[in-house]
Amino acid sequence: MSADHAGRAARFAADEGRARWHDGALWAVRQKRDRLAAELPEWEELRERAARIKAHTRSRLADYLEQFEREATSRGAVVHWARDAEEHNRVVHRILALKGITRLVKSKSMLTEECGLNAFLEARGIEVVDTDLGERIVQLAGEPPSHIVLPAIHKRREEVGALFHRTLGTEAGLSDPTALTAEARRHLRERFLGAQAGLTGVNFAVAETGGVVVCTNEGNADMGTSFPRVHIACMGVEKVIPRLEDLGVLVRLLARSATGQPITTYTSHFHGPMPGGELHLVIVDNGRSRLLADPAFQGALACIRCGACMNTCPVFRRSGGHSYGFTIPGPIGSVLAPAWDPVAHTSLPFASSLCGSCDDVCPVRIPLHDLLLERRRQLVAGPGSISPGKRLAMRLLGFALRSPARYQAAGRLLRLALGRGPRWLLYGPWNRWGRQRELPPAPPATFREVWRARQGQGAKGVGGG
Amino acid sequence: MASREQILAALRGAAAPAEPLPATPARGVTHYPDPVARLAEAVLAVGGALVRAPTAADLAREAAALAQRLGARRVVSEVPEAGAGTVRLSDISDPHDLAGVELAVLPGAFAVAETGAVWVAAGELRHRGIFVVAEHIGLVLRADAVVNDMHEAYARIRFEGPGFGVFIAGPSKTADIEQALVIGAHGPRSCTVLVVG
Repeated sequence: MSADHAGRAARFAADEGRARWHDGALWAVRQKRDRLAAELPEWEELRERAARIKAHTRSRLADYLEQFEREATSRGAVVHWARDAEEHNRVVHRILALKGITRLVKSKSMLTEECGLNAFLEARGIEVVDTDLGERIVQLAGEPPSHIVLPAIHKRREEVGALFHRTLGTEAGLSDPTALTAEARRHLRERFLGAQAGLTGVNFAVAETGGVVVCTNEGNADMGTSFPRVHIACMGVEKVIPRLEDLGVLVRLLARSATGQPITTYTSHFHGPMPGGELHLVIVDNGRSRLLADPAFQGALACIRCGACMNTCPVFRRSGGHSYGFTIPGPIGSVLAPAWDPVAHTSLPFASSLCGSCDDVCPVRIPLHDLLLERRRQLVAGPGSISPGKRLAMRLLGFALRSPARYQAAGRLLRLALGRGPRWLLYGPWNRWGRQRELPPAPPATFREVWRARQGQGAKGVGGG
Repeated sequence: MASREQILAALRGAAAPAEPLPATPARGVTHYPDPVARLAEAVLAVGGALVRAPTAADLAREAAALAQRLGARRVVSEVPEAGAGTVRLSDISDPHDLAGVELAVLPGAFAVAETGAVWVAAGELRHRGIFVVAEHIGLVLRADAVVNDMHEAYARIRFEGPGFGVFIAGPSKTADIEQALVIGAHGPRSCTVLVVG
């Protein structure tokens, strides 16, 4: 996918009603998150602990993965390793093909989105049904999720009704969320009961016990792994945590940060297969060891995929997840994307106001806006990442800022232009900021002029305290 | 095995500077003076209901009243004190036959006052999917089996060998269409916590 974030964002924002609704809906989730976080006096301490658990785990990731593998195997699971997306897809396909399985139900897994698993399996004759309601909606629409926790947040209820009418044969004109959910429940229950295998993501993998933890509100991971005999769980290497007790810290943070719930409806702990069944754990690198090797960005591996940084981001809320063109949209995605493909995702670290709100809500304290700034530094150093116009503007600005005299002269010139300049000059194509708004009126005097005048009047209070 | 070795070697080569593993707190800051009262609030907040049954006889009566209220005719009961039920898990060999169970009354090991979640060691049930496939569920626990928070909860859980356990907080739900909360996504449409004692 190309990385024209600005162009795609402009198209999303062109539908003003939708953009406003999207903004408001995500802000409401952010507010719920605030209420639930404030319930715990130890919230900040929990964030700190979570960050330290993740930092410790990163420093011994290989050891913990080996321990996890040992424990999981002793409980009857089969552990597979995959270096990249292609190998991950082949591993999953081989597990299914060996048993002649052609019907798979999936619960949410951003890793399988990252790897493009659905298309890979479908091309090999396997029916793949995403069962999280939001994921099913985007799957039926032939789109990727636009948010990692709320995959179909970009769709209005009427669109879902029309989509279900077209793909599931529901009554035309249906738009009530309760009625639409009931239709999806009926449709998906048949798929759950008819599936031969269930695939889930992994929220946490516990090295100490060899178990994996999956969190859902709908119960789709549990439906998908209780009826078919084969359960495949796919996880990135960074999902492992040392101890069962670490879940106490992380589970308290996850749902509060994600949706403003004290805990998800189902927090399921899988240790080994069901009696007579199979549990396959697929551990995937796909660029994560490379990220770990980069001291500037390895901290991004702490992410527990709650989506809080997206819900609070003033850019994401107004431009929609699809405009990012990366599996993980939002601030954390803009930090991660260039690690996978710096050329395709050049513009993403610039799609931020660096307001730092994401840092404040991140449950594992990833310094997101520092990392976005660091990405910009790296990208600026590379060729072609900044337009010649912007490079010229930055050079001029640097020239003006390096000398007090030039700075003052530039200020005088700008104030003059703001006051008397013609519109064609002020609002030319170079003024992107002015496309949606008027420039502020120029102040009548500069700070220096005001300061001198006050000194002349004997006013000493301004800077002296 | 080449991939395994390559991944582990890459991760070892990239290892971040050593950081100590922090101790986890034995419990959170808030200590609820009446854990069952707080649990009732928390269960309500996650869309469930809590019913108190002072004695075993009360439990049987409450469970029967619940089944009647729901109009449930196909009832699974894994809690003998709550009544026999009409479908026995031990008689069912294929879990697919559980589709259509209207109410499942299941034993909860303990509950968490902070979150309204009940720990169900579903691996001990003959079919672990019963808690999610039933149209409605009742979870039975003792009044003295309520812990404050998730730290205390995990201190009580042990995984010896294979097994499956799940925290259940209220009925199945979704807000995937326009953030409108809908109860009964794929699993139970209601969740009643029955507290005995």
